[in-house]
Amino acid sequence: MNTRRPEPRGATPRLSEAKSRDPFCGRQKRGPSATLGATALCRRVFLASAAAVTIMPFAVHATPEALAAAIKEVTGDAPLREGKVTLDVPPLVENGNAVPLTVSVESPMTAGDHVKAIHVFNEKNPQPHVFNAWLSPANGRAVVATRIKLADTQKVVAVAETSKGEFWTVHADVIVTIAACIEGVT
Amino acid sequence: MANVLVNAPKTAKKGQVVEIKALIMHVMETGFRPGTNGRIIPRNIIEDFSATWNGREIFRMKMSPAIAANPFVSFSAVASESGIIAFRWSGDEGFVAAHQVDITVT
Repeated sequence: MNTRRPEPRGATPRLSEAKSRDPFCGRQKRGPSATLGATALCRRVFLASAAAVTIMPFAVHATPEALAAAIKEVTGDAPLREGKVTLDVPPLVENGNAVPLTVSVESPMTAGDHVKAIHVFNEKNPQPHVFNAWLSPANGRAVVATRIKLADTQKVVAVAETSKGEFWTVHADVIVTIAACIEGVT
Repeated sequence: MANVLVNAPKTAKKGQVVEIKALIMHVMETGFRPGTNGRIIPRNIIEDFSATWNGREIFRMKMSPAIAANPFVSFSAVASESGIIAFRWSGDEGFVAAHQVDITVT
């Protein structure tokens, strides 16, 4: 019945506090043997997450330098100017797993003058890229909305590339209370 | 088959700018999270999303693991001619999904 029971469970499980927290443990409780198996499983889960927490400082994280490099990759040597772009993102989000984000750019969107691409970057997720979207005059309006993950309280940067080869940028600071991306499954 | 939800107007006036919203069910696993066994869950995301209007590309997006699960994308388009708006998603582990909606432009 309980196929995930681990092999030896020497130490007496002392993880009552972890047990009460972990929803998985509660679900497994069916009989005396199952309870034992579940507690051992809890211990494993607990140890796994503890290990994950310990190695977390070494986990990859984008840095301001990585962010600058990622932006440089898009813009090349062209100058980056502030303005024209609006980044609509809540200043404080409870759950970083789904943060609504809208990027809009002031542009007539004609064949001669339109936004060619919108790029969004972040500062502290494991990777600096969020998305790249390519637009054309067929869009009528330079607006893109999506939902993103944020791993930490950080800066989000949007860069718009126009058909004239100009780059416009804006950034927004977001405070995140529950992180996404790297948090382990428990 | 992936579960797809697309919201686009059925009719539009010629030259009108319409908003198109597309949502697809997908885990968007980042590849940075440890699972219950402590090992990293392999990355599984949608990388590319594109939309075509009667075969002509109107929008393309490259996603990264930083896009939330069940990716939602909203963009706009100028109603040019009656026809089909087709959507295509593709990503890791050979994931491909397609969807299309009809639009009548008057």
